[in-house]
Amino acid sequence: MSTIFDCERPEGIGGLFPAPDVPTKGQENLIPSSLLRELAPRIPCLSEPELVRHYTRLSKLNYGVDDGFYPLGSCTMKYNPKINEDLVRLPGFAQAHPLADEQLIQGCLKLLFEMSGLLSKVAGLADVTLQPAAGAHGELTGMFLVKRYFEDRGEENRKRILLPDSAHGTNPASAALSGFSVTEIPSGGDGMVNLAALEKALDETVAAIMLTVPNTLGIFEERILEVTDMVHAAGGLCYFDGANLNAFLGRACPGDMGADIFHFNLHKTLSTPHGGGGPGAGPVAVAEQLVQFLPVPRIVKEDETYRFDWNYPQSIGCVHSFYGNFGVILKAYAYLLHLGDEGLCAVSENAVLNANYLQERLKKTYRLPYDHLCKHEFVLSGKEIAEGISTFDIAKRLIDYGFHPPTIYFPLIVPEALMIEPTECEGKETLDRFIEAMEQIAVEAKEAPQLLHDAPQHAPVRRLDQTRAARQPMLSYPFNDSADQEDQTS
Amino acid sequence: MRYIANTDADRRAMLAAVGLASLEELFADIPQAIEDCFQPLRLPAQSEMEVARNVQKLASFNEVHCGSISFLGGGIYDHYVPSVVSHITSRSEFYTAYTPYQPEVSQGTLTVMFEFQTLICELTGMEVANASMYDGATALAEGVLMADRIAGKRRIAVSRALFPNYRRVLDTYCWAAGIEVVELPITKNGQSDTAAILDGLSGLVIQSPNAFGVIEELEGLKGAAGEALLIVVTNPISLGLLAPPGQFGADIVVAEGQPLGLSPSFGGPLLGLFATRKRYLRQMPGRIAGQTVDAEGKIGYTMAAQTREQHIRRERATSNICTNSALCALAATVYLSSLGADGLQKLAQLNLEKAHYLAEQITALSGYELAFKAPFFNEFTVRVPADPEKICARLKEEGILVEDQRSLVDVGLAGALRFAVTEKRTSEELDHLVTVLGGIQ
Amino acid sequence: MTYPTQFRYTKDHEWVALEANQAKIGITEYAQGELGDIVFVELPSPGTEVKKGGNLATVESVKAVSDVYAPVSGKVLEVNTQLESSPETINQDPHGAGWLVLLEASNPSEADALFDAASYERYLAEK
Repeated sequence: MSTIFDCERPEGIGGLFPAPDVPTKGQENLIPSSLLRELAPRIPCLSEPELVRHYTRLSKLNYGVDDGFYPLGSCTMKYNPKINEDLVRLPGFAQAHPLADEQLIQGCLKLLFEMSGLLSKVAGLADVTLQPAAGAHGELTGMFLVKRYFEDRGEENRKRILLPDSAHGTNPASAALSGFSVTEIPSGGDGMVNLAALEKALDETVAAIMLTVPNTLGIFEERILEVTDMVHAAGGLCYFDGANLNAFLGRACPGDMGADIFHFNLHKTLSTPHGGGGPGAGPVAVAEQLVQFLPVPRIVKEDETYRFDWNYPQSIGCVHSFYGNFGVILKAYAYLLHLGDEGLCAVSENAVLNANYLQERLKKTYRLPYDHLCKHEFVLSGKEIAEGISTFDIAKRLIDYGFHPPTIYFPLIVPEALMIEPTECEGKETLDRFIEAMEQIAVEAKEAPQLLHDAPQHAPVRRLDQTRAARQPMLSYPFNDSADQEDQTS
Repeated sequence: MRYIANTDADRRAMLAAVGLASLEELFADIPQAIEDCFQPLRLPAQSEMEVARNVQKLASFNEVHCGSISFLGGGIYDHYVPSVVSHITSRSEFYTAYTPYQPEVSQGTLTVMFEFQTLICELTGMEVANASMYDGATALAEGVLMADRIAGKRRIAVSRALFPNYRRVLDTYCWAAGIEVVELPITKNGQSDTAAILDGLSGLVIQSPNAFGVIEELEGLKGAAGEALLIVVTNPISLGLLAPPGQFGADIVVAEGQPLGLSPSFGGPLLGLFATRKRYLRQMPGRIAGQTVDAEGKIGYTMAAQTREQHIRRERATSNICTNSALCALAATVYLSSLGADGLQKLAQLNLEKAHYLAEQITALSGYELAFKAPFFNEFTVRVPADPEKICARLKEEGILVEDQRSLVDVGLAGALRFAVTEKRTSEELDHLVTVLGGIQ
Repeated sequence: MTYPTQFRYTKDHEWVALEANQAKIGITEYAQGELGDIVFVELPSPGTEVKKGGNLATVESVKAVSDVYAPVSGKVLEVNTQLESSPETINQDPHGAGWLVLLEASNPSEADALFDAASYERYLAEK
């Protein structure tokens, strides 16, 4: 069977819960029948062996970091330490209820308090909120902080956010959700922010600039101090998207680069698992002048006790139902403890070395639009590898070689982009195998292009029809074929 | 460093290949002024054994909580999680994978997303669901933003009986988006006063069961809402028994999915559930998996309707959401398939019966009465004859956890306490609570 | 390919065919090729007024969204409702059955400033 719904089992299985140990009254006597369900939901029940086999089979159709090299640019697919998976399951943490008496969850409060302190120092900024549940959520929180800051100063006319044309899509989306309009600044020929274009765009209607450092080409903005000075001089704030923190972990702080607001992606730089798309965590660090606007509640320490403090009248309010993704924060905290200062430094050294090595070797075969010392990632172009071959084809062929493809078609400023981020966890041997595969594919592109067009041939499924998925959306199981067909044509 | 595969020899060889003399030279592009400012954390590296010991020590500070009997609720409940759930979510092919941008090597993740979406539609009685959001509160906020995109009135009405923490998040999102929030009062019954619904609304937000545990009267609400979209916040376990919001014409249904196989984990990670009608699909936020075929005609799954999302629409995206709560959605999918519809109904019945048993026993005590006569599921509110803080403190001494009155005061009710009862509470535990309460002066 | 000589063309790859003061508008063969398989089209309601250069419609493919701008100003008379169920018509016949919008042009002379077929072909060759 391909889904759980393909299993025909009309009756239930039971065995999970005991019979009621209190006298029962019957639901019809406790709840008016108009409020009761008439039709049972079509949730199949599988025996436990069938269930386990089904999900075990599905897991084998996946490719994770534990399976092999996963050079997805901008995602930092580094190894997820197993000790952290064990620590999060400790009952003291797993069972802690967010509304429990503060005295009984001091372990959680202390961890969150210490993590805020550590992240503030990593950012080189004044304080941190741990509430955002993802990077994009952190960006949104950052935009809320910008808005509140200027409201407080009576500068509500500042309605524009500047961002480079290489920005990740979540940046303009977050700005728009907060009521800002977006102005794109074209990058210069060197891939960095064009100062003249920035100058032209800056005026008293600009609230902030959103930058990723290094940028999405993997290039460090060498004039970053000038950029942030210019924005500050125009009365604006500087927001740094921390997706690329792996590039300078342990040797530089965004706060020293001019950042006023900085978000972390714990599921990128700080090793927490991606989970097939989440959960992550996106804590946000801020400079002193923004601290009063941070979400509540904040955690304060009095002697050796920790408690929640809600008394921040200038706060933007709350962005999460509780205090953030505690289970994710815990893993990142343990990771920091294990790494220490020397470990943090080793991360960026190895990540940047690995990326530059790959760039140096691969630029002999593939176009490198910006031939420059890179940081932890770099961008190639699949253009002109061979007639009729696209980056899409190259990516699918890499699957046949046993690798997860790099990020494709991002950033938008490089046509047929291939964004490669090896992370610090890969060894030279793996990198050399990847180089070999990429070189082989380039040869195939010229001599046997059909291999690329037909790829992948060695994956659990062949190339999937995206057009059909978009034109005939089937977004839930078609239980009763004829009934659902009706739905699709209406 | 345990997590780095390179040896010194590897590093030397790579530096040579790149034509650099030292690792320092890799960072020549970072202005010296910035590197000079750098201050280390002054954090010594700890061995794995030390990390384990130190973090376990933090967990041990919460020991008393673990050993106590919990009646805490407010959207996060102490349900029994079948062992099979964590065994599946611990498979590294699931948890170390990324977002399924390359569907051919992500059929595990995508098939689970498709199953999850289907299950949520079935539970809520709705037509299409996304593959998860961060939590119930942000799912609600996104639902409101979506309703306003569709109806454009820049104004919504919210029941007073919404969880106060959800209201706080909603207020923050609506302030940023420029949407006015008006409040619907509560009747003496503990339900939302729908006679008070105004015109000119994009959406109407009702929670059922609500912050008092009371089940709302959803019948006729869609009609009363007029042109406004009806947005219902619900509890997924209750839907094993209660008529789903879809049946009453809800336009958007959101919920906190934690009860579906997630431990409380101090409030995160959680699982935002989001479902709507097919006609609103293009406005729905979040990722969705869709069924298709591969080049050989075999059924497969891929991300669908991606043109709503940030990586394509950028500032015109329906949301900025990228990372969601995928692994938690996997847990929920495994949880629900372990129970089946029959098991979920039996579970809901257990919750219902135990909660009503407790309510009956408590209200038999002098001075304790149900705050509202309206029907409830597994959470209920009781007016108490003594200072609620004093009662909570006394219960804590006896190893019983009941939330202090703050959440109730936030929704306008003082002098009361709220109790959540799940299948895990034994009759001994329930009777023990009643005995202790009975002994309080 | 050779583009129909009776149309005028914009830099953003829209075509317009004027008959009296009625303007039929679509996207060009080049545009549909760049977009890939089209999966959805958002069309304006009849009666909507647009200015030249204003947003007229949106065309979505699997991997991209493209705005269609009005080559001339006017009021929407009719839209090609067939595209709701068969958006692929734009890929198959972008200059004919894949038309998008019919406008009542308020100022038909606006079309004079646009490319003719030969200039548009030269413009494409330079890309």
